[in-house]
Amino acid sequence: MSPLVSLFSLFVVLSLFAVGGAQAAIPEMHRVAVDVMHWMSDRQFADMYAISQLSPGPNVIIVALIGFHVAGLAGAGVAITAMCGPTCVLAYFVARIWDRFKQARWRVAVQGGLVPLSIGLIAASAFVLARAADHNFYAALITAATAATAYWTRVNPLWIFAVAGALGFAGLV
Amino acid sequence: MSDSSVSTPHTAVRPTLLELLRAFAGVSVAAFGGALPWSRRMIVERKGWMTAQEFNEAFALSQFLPGPNTINFAVVFGSRIGGAAGAAMAVIGLIGPPLVIVTVLAFLYERYGGQPTLDRILAGIASAAAGLLVAAVAKMATPMLSRRLNAAPLIALLAFSGVALMHWPLPYVFLGLAPLSIALAWLGRTS
Repeated sequence: MSPLVSLFSLFVVLSLFAVGGAQAAIPEMHRVAVDVMHWMSDRQFADMYAISQLSPGPNVIIVALIGFHVAGLAGAGVAITAMCGPTCVLAYFVARIWDRFKQARWRVAVQGGLVPLSIGLIAASAFVLARAADHNFYAALITAATAATAYWTRVNPLWIFAVAGALGFAGLV
Repeated sequence: MSDSSVSTPHTAVRPTLLELLRAFAGVSVAAFGGALPWSRRMIVERKGWMTAQEFNEAFALSQFLPGPNTINFAVVFGSRIGGAAGAAMAVIGLIGPPLVIVTVLAFLYERYGGQPTLDRILAGIASAAAGLLVAAVAKMATPMLSRRLNAAPLIALLAFSGVALMHWPLPYVFLGLAPLSIALAWLGRTS
């Protein structure tokens, strides 16, 4: 199968099942890109997630990095189109009839039911990323310290990245 | 629809298509760590294009839909302002500039990735990025865990185990758990 076709089918499927957005889809991206297709190593995947967080814009932008790695510019274009295109069309049409069912009991149940599912999936993302990124004690310590800092303070994530990057530069991870 | 249609009761100001494109492009390059809070600031607080309640409703819809939430929001908001063209402008504005930036970074990474110095810096940042997600999950889970005993944490735990520990494909985990979770929500067992 051509890599462009593989990219397209991966991200179309992902976009339809990723409740909780791109952040919830990280484990599936990792599973396919690293374990099934062998497009990249664990380390490279963790690097790409880091680069996507260093870039401004919506989190979904990581799919362009994966696409670029697999098939250059065409790969980036195919990945982002597959991830956003079909769901954009769906969003457009549902938005027009939303008023008809936004108060419906089933709508409330569907939305409420998906919340714990998306929390579990995003927790899985955090786990998969930590395992891909943390190969020694100090790396795990950076993850833990970042989690505590971001949970209890409102410090800008870019400062945390600057410190973590400096610690990495110093040879700690 | 143009900017002359200011008669809508709730929304005082209506942007043109070009304003829409520029506003979302502005959000996209300023937004680090998820674009949603930045969209809210721009639309509700700075431009007054939506009231807080309209924003919340449009956001509820974007979360209800499959796919990236912020992109869905751009479609919902853009189409309300200017139909299909409005939706396209909002999405292009939101994705276009970050796509250019990330493509340049991807090119540099493919070229210089593997150099020891760059590798060490990225390794540190990757560990921190994982930690940020841990904090985000903890914040999301707090309301779920602080309510009286209910089934929601169990659903979350099953989703986590299936994907993170068993490495099952996401569609299987979703199709297995979503009907159960929605049924429990219908019966009021997860709130």
